[in-house]
Amino acid sequence: MKDLIIRPERCLGCRSCEIACAVAHSKSKSLFSALGEQPAPKKRIYVDCLPNLEISIPITCRHCEDAPCVSVCPTKALSQDEVTGIVSHNPDHCVDCWTCSMVCPRFLPLYQLILNIGCWTSSMAYNRGVISRQTDAGVKCDLCQGRDIPACVEACPTHALVFYELEEIPGTKIPETTSELTG
Amino acid sequence: MEQKENEKSMDSDSETMLKKVYEKSIDPASQTILLKAKQEGIETAWDRYEKQLPQCSFGQLGVCCRNCNMGPCRIDPFGEGAEKGICGATADIIVARNLLRTIAAGAAAHSDHARDAVLTFKKMSEGAAGSYAIKDEAKLLSLASEYGIPTEGKNREKVASELADALLLEFGKQTGSLLCTMRAPEPRLKLWTELGIVPRGIDREIVECMHRTHMGVDNNATHILLQGLRTGLSDGWGGSMIATDVQDILFGTPQPRMSTVNLGVLSRDKVNVIVHGHEPILSEMIVEAAEDTELLKLAQEKGAAGINIAGICCTGNETLMRHGTPIAGTFLQQELAVITGAVEAMVVDVQCVMPSLGELSGCYHTKFISTSPKADFPNTVRMEFHEEKAYETAKEIIRLAVENFPFRNPEKVNIPAEKQECMVGFSAEAILNALGGSPDPLIEAIKSGAVWGVGAVVGCNNVKIKHNYGHVNLVKELIKNNVLVVTTGCNAIACAEAGLLVPEASELAGEGLKAVCKALGIPPVLHMGSCVDISRILVLSSVLANRLGVDISDLPVAGAAPEWMSEKAVSIGAYVVSSGVFTVLGTVPPVLGSQAVTALLTRDLNNVVGASFAVEPDPFKAAALMLEHIDGKRKSLGLNSDR
Repeated sequence: MKDLIIRPERCLGCRSCEIACAVAHSKSKSLFSALGEQPAPKKRIYVDCLPNLEISIPITCRHCEDAPCVSVCPTKALSQDEVTGIVSHNPDHCVDCWTCSMVCPRFLPLYQLILNIGCWTSSMAYNRGVISRQTDAGVKCDLCQGRDIPACVEACPTHALVFYELEEIPGTKIPETTSELTG
Repeated sequence: MEQKENEKSMDSDSETMLKKVYEKSIDPASQTILLKAKQEGIETAWDRYEKQLPQCSFGQLGVCCRNCNMGPCRIDPFGEGAEKGICGATADIIVARNLLRTIAAGAAAHSDHARDAVLTFKKMSEGAAGSYAIKDEAKLLSLASEYGIPTEGKNREKVASELADALLLEFGKQTGSLLCTMRAPEPRLKLWTELGIVPRGIDREIVECMHRTHMGVDNNATHILLQGLRTGLSDGWGGSMIATDVQDILFGTPQPRMSTVNLGVLSRDKVNVIVHGHEPILSEMIVEAAEDTELLKLAQEKGAAGINIAGICCTGNETLMRHGTPIAGTFLQQELAVITGAVEAMVVDVQCVMPSLGELSGCYHTKFISTSPKADFPNTVRMEFHEEKAYETAKEIIRLAVENFPFRNPEKVNIPAEKQECMVGFSAEAILNALGGSPDPLIEAIKSGAVWGVGAVVGCNNVKIKHNYGHVNLVKELIKNNVLVVTTGCNAIACAEAGLLVPEASELAGEGLKAVCKALGIPPVLHMGSCVDISRILVLSSVLANRLGVDISDLPVAGAAPEWMSEKAVSIGAYVVSSGVFTVLGTVPPVLGSQAVTALLTRDLNNVVGASFAVEPDPFKAAALMLEHIDGKRKSLGLNSDR
């Protein structure tokens, strides 16, 4: 299945994805008309800054059914509400092992970037922040149901967000078992 | 079987191509060339527009600020993110500041054009620009008297010299207000004075805009916008008006004449030279040099049947108005003209010239010649133009074009058949002449309702609107409802291409307007000139208002810019509305990020200057808004207001 792939090395931090996301989830679906809507349309994607990596990155959580990040989390820092399906993150239990990012296609490229740069000081903090914010708002990425291409992908001027079959992107095959993860 | 299927798929391919082409322009000549471009793999503005989509939302809303290097800052229009820039500027402040800078740029373009015209005028008066002369002595004398220059016992060059000095002073004026503002009706001038928006020096207003928008200066949206109105006025009743006046003295005040427009004016067997941009200073010389016997002989030697000059944009309008030189197209047809493969030289001066022309010309034999000391482009032949050697440079340019004729590749040539007649040259003076020397017949027609009102429709092309769709439909709708239309700029060219600038077009007008047009032998749409010539519309409005003893804002008049795109258009909008004319914009200006600025422009300005803006991309709805406004003004004047 197609999913949103994030390519942090291309993100310029313009926040076009954020506005496009809010407009796509507004009543009118048009920028100029969405401005006056009450309640104001909510975005599901957040451009966060990673100072340690000197990059910005758009982050969005789909709160997947049977979220794989939750199942691989060794410390149960990530959990999923059985009723609402909302994934939440408990920073007190998180040990920054990044295992969750390895099973989430949206974070795999970032993880690879971190491997390449060799910067391990960056933490899950921003990721956690985004998940929490979305939990508060009760809104999540639905890949823009009813559109061929998610609005954020269409809006991204540098193609930092792409919408692909996972296997179309070299090196983005998701490890299927925990043993594969640990090699 | 397989081949058949191939053919079928090719058919559907070309059908899609055709459909795409029809979506871009309503003009058949442009469609023909757009199709040629597709087939030849040539990129145009429309293709580049598609690559820009979706356009940046912050930019569209005007909430991005780059005025200091703590930024760039932007405001989240949906209130989740930043509500203020680093300095604390709100969306209102940022939008207002950006708008003011846009107005300043537009006013600067018109006014700097005017300065060059005055400098040429000055050099001419001193005998340092031998190619130029005084063509309209009556206008020289009337302007001199307006500027308080005694003319008795002086030769006309001396008068011109003193007038030029007086005009130049208007740019750097440090005390008092611009003299042209005295042409406005008394109540209007009084209103401006009370509001403190009577423009002072032309350059001063623009400089002050840049100062006010510097980090940490003017941070009140209303206060900022008042300076926007004043700067606009320094353009309309300053720079633009001076440009029109001086160009009339130097090149003649336009009088009605016939000409032709659209890509079909390009010649199959003559050397085609296009003059494109905004100033008549060089193009006047080009038109003259095209009749030079030496060059005509050279053209013959090169196998050409002659030399054909055609205009694009307002340089084209200037020579069209004064000489009937044909026009090849509007702003969005500049690339299309080159793609015909029949243009030997694309000669440009300033404003609205796409830098894409450089690379594009390289795909054909066209020489892309840039002439302004201010405006260089990629891949051009630089032939800088200076007044002292004006005619010589013009001849050199034509020579280059003629020598390029043998390189025209007949296999690449496709000149569309469309070539439309038009009647042009309606300066304010010419309109009053057509009315028998007084505005009274028009006023009587307005009073009786035969002419329901006057619509001033102007402006550019914009890829966001199907080429000429906004222009032509809006104007047709107005004349159908007996609104006499005055037009300038690319709207005028679009209307000409659609056949609205011929007396016979009165058949498309309502009964009242049709009868008036037939009686006077004029079209229902009057071409008043280039974009600086919107000043002619201001003068005409003042004449009407004065005759009726009212303000411009009391007149049954409405304005529109259905396909506007340039910063100049924003400055025009500012001065037209400040002059009291309700104006409908066809594309959304980048202000919606601020509710305060939007409310001010579209509503509250009514209480300030007696007019405001509306935004309506649909030309039919835009016409309805204008008609509704005209109805209201008729009612207030005690005229029949029941259409």
